[in-house]
Amino acid sequence: MPAIPLSQAPQPSKTNPAQIRNFCIIAHIDHGKSTLADRMLGITEVVEQRNMRAQYLDRMDIERERGITIKSQAVRLPWRSGLDNQEYILNMIDTPGHVDFTYEVSRSLAACEGAVLLVDCAQGIEAQTLANLYLAMENNLTIIPVLNKIDLPAAQPEKFAEELAKLIGCQPEDCLRVSGKTGVGVAELLDQIVLQIPAPVGDADAATRALIFDSVYDTYRGVVTYVRVVDGHLSTRDQIQMFSTGVRHEMLEVGVISPEPVVSKGLGVGEVGYVITGVKDVRQSRVGDTITTYNNPAKVALAGYKDPRPMVFSGLFPIDGADFPLLREALDKLQLNDAALVYEPESSAALGFGFRCGFLGLLHMEIVRERLERESNLTLISTAPNVVYKVTSGDGKLLTVTNPSEYPDGKIEKVEEPIVRATVLAPSEFIGTIMELCQERRGVLLGMDYLSEDRVEIRYTLPLAEIVFDFFDQLKSRTRGYASLDYEPIGEAEGDLVKVDILLQGEKVDAFSAIVHKDKAYAYGTMMTGKLRELIPRQQFEIPIQAAIGGRIIARESIRAIRKDVLAKCYGGDISRKRKLLEKQKEGKKRMKMVGRVEVPQEAFVAALTTDADIDKAKAKAKERE
Amino acid sequence: MSILAFYVHIPYCVRRCGYCDFNTYTPSELSISNDLSATSATYIDLLLKELDFARQTAGEAIVPTIFFGGGTPTLMESKDLGRVISGISERLELAPDVEITTEANPDTVTKEKLAALREAGFNRISFGMQSAVAHVLQSLDRTHNPENVLKATTWAREVGFDEVSVDLIYGTAGESLADWEFTIDTALALPITHISAYALIVESGTKLGAQVKRGEVVMPDDDQTADKYLLADEKFSAAGFDWYELSNWAKPGSACRHNMAYWNGDNWWGLGAGAHSHISGRRFWNVKHPAAYTQKVLESGNPMQDQEILTAEEARSEEIMLQIRLVDGIARASLSEGEAKSLPTFLVEGYLLSSAWEQGRVVLSKTGRLMADRIVREILV
Repeated sequence: MPAIPLSQAPQPSKTNPAQIRNFCIIAHIDHGKSTLADRMLGITEVVEQRNMRAQYLDRMDIERERGITIKSQAVRLPWRSGLDNQEYILNMIDTPGHVDFTYEVSRSLAACEGAVLLVDCAQGIEAQTLANLYLAMENNLTIIPVLNKIDLPAAQPEKFAEELAKLIGCQPEDCLRVSGKTGVGVAELLDQIVLQIPAPVGDADAATRALIFDSVYDTYRGVVTYVRVVDGHLSTRDQIQMFSTGVRHEMLEVGVISPEPVVSKGLGVGEVGYVITGVKDVRQSRVGDTITTYNNPAKVALAGYKDPRPMVFSGLFPIDGADFPLLREALDKLQLNDAALVYEPESSAALGFGFRCGFLGLLHMEIVRERLERESNLTLISTAPNVVYKVTSGDGKLLTVTNPSEYPDGKIEKVEEPIVRATVLAPSEFIGTIMELCQERRGVLLGMDYLSEDRVEIRYTLPLAEIVFDFFDQLKSRTRGYASLDYEPIGEAEGDLVKVDILLQGEKVDAFSAIVHKDKAYAYGTMMTGKLRELIPRQQFEIPIQAAIGGRIIARESIRAIRKDVLAKCYGGDISRKRKLLEKQKEGKKRMKMVGRVEVPQEAFVAALTTDADIDKAKAKAKERE
Repeated sequence: MSILAFYVHIPYCVRRCGYCDFNTYTPSELSISNDLSATSATYIDLLLKELDFARQTAGEAIVPTIFFGGGTPTLMESKDLGRVISGISERLELAPDVEITTEANPDTVTKEKLAALREAGFNRISFGMQSAVAHVLQSLDRTHNPENVLKATTWAREVGFDEVSVDLIYGTAGESLADWEFTIDTALALPITHISAYALIVESGTKLGAQVKRGEVVMPDDDQTADKYLLADEKFSAAGFDWYELSNWAKPGSACRHNMAYWNGDNWWGLGAGAHSHISGRRFWNVKHPAAYTQKVLESGNPMQDQEILTAEEARSEEIMLQIRLVDGIARASLSEGEAKSLPTFLVEGYLLSSAWEQGRVVLSKTGRLMADRIVREILV
């Protein structure tokens, strides 16, 4: 086998850049990236057979379970090419696989010279992959098209080879065919990586510049920062400096991942590895930033650094109010590893104390919530997500609104909302359905292209708020799961938006307020009042439920007063049982939230804030656990 | 001397009704002969054995009331039921005005049977009438001919029962307000002194419970059931039956003293399979199944399955929960400030009688009785 024992392979810090190939794998969730990566670890023998496990590189349970990579990693793989019998070092940089992490993806791509475009040849390319492919092409990466899962009976390699060829401008026969599962074609793929992807180029004598493409908090080591050295050299003796903050750090350790950490003396031009500085918070070592040395600082930073900006906001509240300090602790802990997560305390009349949290997108939100619940054993309620609005009030004041409760009363001059450019890939039979959905959501068609005979790419601009509100779930259900979606923010636009409040017996329930388009206000109002009528138990007085825009009522329902709340029988043997029931009811009553005089069960809040799609997801999860 | 009432449980029925969750068994469930005469003799022997244990545990006492329930007590031989009464009177002292009640199925009694019961010492009888409407009886799995009730109650009076009661159930699926009114009128035409009327409770674990869960049976909404309660209360009062407990109405002086013992927190001993007892803040109950009961009694004479000793808070909960259901209600002065906090609102809303309130008592109005459980929760939270 053309594997090289680690001890005999070119060593970190003094590897000739000509022997290095830096690449990443662009693939959609479940197109087999992790399995292919496992196979590469095996074939290069950096992981012994007996230590191998599935999805070796995915560290978090949540990654393994959901089959997606949240944080990237870089693995150093020694390889003797079967073509020229020379020794090479391949650095495989794993990229996060979802729309919310586009910026992180772009930094991972910037650390590479080439990309393996991996496509499941039973499913074809997906919108997300396409978006990342375009990103890679913009970064001038060499693309190696690869069809995976050729062992599947449903594989259609010819069809999808043509699709790929058309997309990247190559010949269908240039597409490699592999099976991550059986290992077929993987060695050839490594050889092609060596052959096709250019070696990194940099100036070893220039001031040091290294790109941070990932930053991970480790309980024992503090922040582990993944870097690609562009110019100069990083060594343990150096004091380093972050370009964006100017802060100086001691370098405690430098090393490479192979795929366990291996300490080295340093990292040279083109090399990929990690540094540890004793920093405790990933925000001090941000993705996209440039590391230079303190003694000989570079004058110009590497291009492309951006502060992550939250796009979607939601309130997170513990179901049990006593868990608030626990939630704060959990968020603080999570933020050590998630520079994009922002939050501040929020208090809701209905839900008590919680946090207003900002996320990169819906998946990011879902992951954060799931990690909080799982890792800190919390049960949370989240309010309906919303985007950031710029509201100009009647007196010309500009307000940034991330929470419906901040929406000003009185006259509004204008409201601006974020707009995205969305790309949908789907079988052509769904064109009508997709266009209908996008039109309903205030979309404007930008264009449409056929990727192959029966697959299309449809491009729309859409308000982000429309996507945030169950667009993806609708898209999936209306296309029987065949459509895929990607979007990127492209700016802001004025929208005809209003705030709808929900009132119980005349009292505003802040958790149910929403900023919606004027044409959707009535639908939101009737949906919410209808839901609450079902969810709030009858009480000894009538409860009017209203939806209102300012002082104008747009929808109303009412819960009739209850007339009977008594068990008819209570004899000798019933007494204990009835008392126990009473004690249970007393406990239940304590958990009720009071809105004015109205008792609202916690479950009613949860259910009212839950979409049908959420319920389906919860059911699917419950089924998985069975 | 202390007071000890007795409840005697007869856990046998010819067939099980779909709504019933009582501790009762059919001969086929127990693989015994349909003719229960042999079972009657042996089961009563066991009750007498438990009675020895009761006497030993409770000490000397005067017995004000004895109540035979089930199941269907009248499936036992009258002379066997009489053996329990004399068993009690041999070991403890019966009060001179002792009230001795049995439940009875109007279908299976004859005038002779009733005379024999009277002979055995019973002086009060309560018939399971449930309804006077055939389709309602059918949906309750009761098959008796509504006319049998008139016969049975008339015979009871003829053989010397001065206190005759009927049990009614309303709120069955398919029962209209007119059906219920017909049942009320029919009951009021009977020679009776007491009426218990219960809104049907759907218990989980019963056939009815399963049917409702599966959506095969749709229960009428609570508002209609509330209307039925108000109608019953109105008609019963007009006919001279006054409410004395939420689901019980009686001619003056005919309230069931045995049931009052439960609600007043008195001491009572429950004999038989699954029977519950209460003695001075201690509640205990027997093993449920007749076979287990038999074994335990034969082994040690003590068929107790488990017990609980009420904390002060639990005892207070029970007291309020039970007393509020009674016509005398609760003395306002006995309530703490916290307990009384929500009551003014209920008074304003008409759930409490203002006349009683002014006299220092918390007594539920008609509409208040329908909300008793909610009001108890408000008092206790």
